[in-house]
Amino acid sequence: MKPASDLLMVDDNPADVALVCEALAANKHRSRLHSVGDGVEAMAFLNHRDKYANAIRPDLVILDLNLPKKDGLAVLTAMKAAPDLRQIPVVIFSTSLLRKDIVRSYDLGANCYVSKPGNLNDFFFAVKSMEEFWFGFVNLPPRGE
Amino acid sequence: MNENEVDILLVDDSQEDVELTLHALRTEGLANHVFIARDGEEALDFLFCTGPHAQRSFDHPPKLVLLDLKMPKVDGMQVLKQIKDDARTKTIPVVLMTSSREERDMAEGYELGVNSYIQKPVDCDEFRKVVKLLGLYWLVTNRPPITNATPQVAKQAP
Repeated sequence: MKPASDLLMVDDNPADVALVCEALAANKHRSRLHSVGDGVEAMAFLNHRDKYANAIRPDLVILDLNLPKKDGLAVLTAMKAAPDLRQIPVVIFSTSLLRKDIVRSYDLGANCYVSKPGNLNDFFFAVKSMEEFWFGFVNLPPRGE
Repeated sequence: MNENEVDILLVDDSQEDVELTLHALRTEGLANHVFIARDGEEALDFLFCTGPHAQRSFDHPPKLVLLDLKMPKVDGMQVLKQIKDDARTKTIPVVLMTSSREERDMAEGYELGVNSYIQKPVDCDEFRKVVKLLGLYWLVTNRPPITNATPQVAKQAP
């Protein structure tokens, strides 16, 4: 069995974080969910700054687009420009279906774009399929130190 | 098949792997618009609308490229690099699907911007399972970039 994976969810909606947590709890991959509520916190977590000095390097980032302080595309840009962070796969998980958001996300190096469904069952399905795909089959980049 | 309606560009020089992949996609109803390139050069001609594919349009990219690593003429890493280095093609999702277990290949793939990296399972049943999940994830769960400027009304026909 693969070792447990760490997932960082960047989302300002606590209800969405709780739903993802619930969806993951029912699955077999034993993923650990870490969450932050805005883009500045996300960069602090990823760069081990301040209260995140001991934060783990996540295997996957699930990133909302509309975030306070620093939006999702700015976080994505910063991650892909940082040599030590650019290999971490980023899944954009957003309610936006705007073509410009989807194309811009890929353009900036997002690994995939999953629209956040409004319906509860569809939401659970999307989260489970993300987990199954990324933690069940994909070879994630080596963590390094 | 109309070359402008390709969902998946499958790039693999192994006949056996191509057949297994198509079979798995077919059982999920995902194999109707698959184009097969046998080496990296053919894949690049297809993606960059050159050579025998000069009639294709950049406005209709595949929704997914499934790319093997070790291939004749131009290898998978070179194909990936060219896709991700060019503004016309960089948004196309590319999944490296390879038998390589080299950590170096995995790291290089992600460094060059691969969307995901999957080791080909040796076991046939496991292979089918992976392809099925891969197809469903990228063609159903994932939202592909649509780079053409006008809405795809043609999809409504006939």
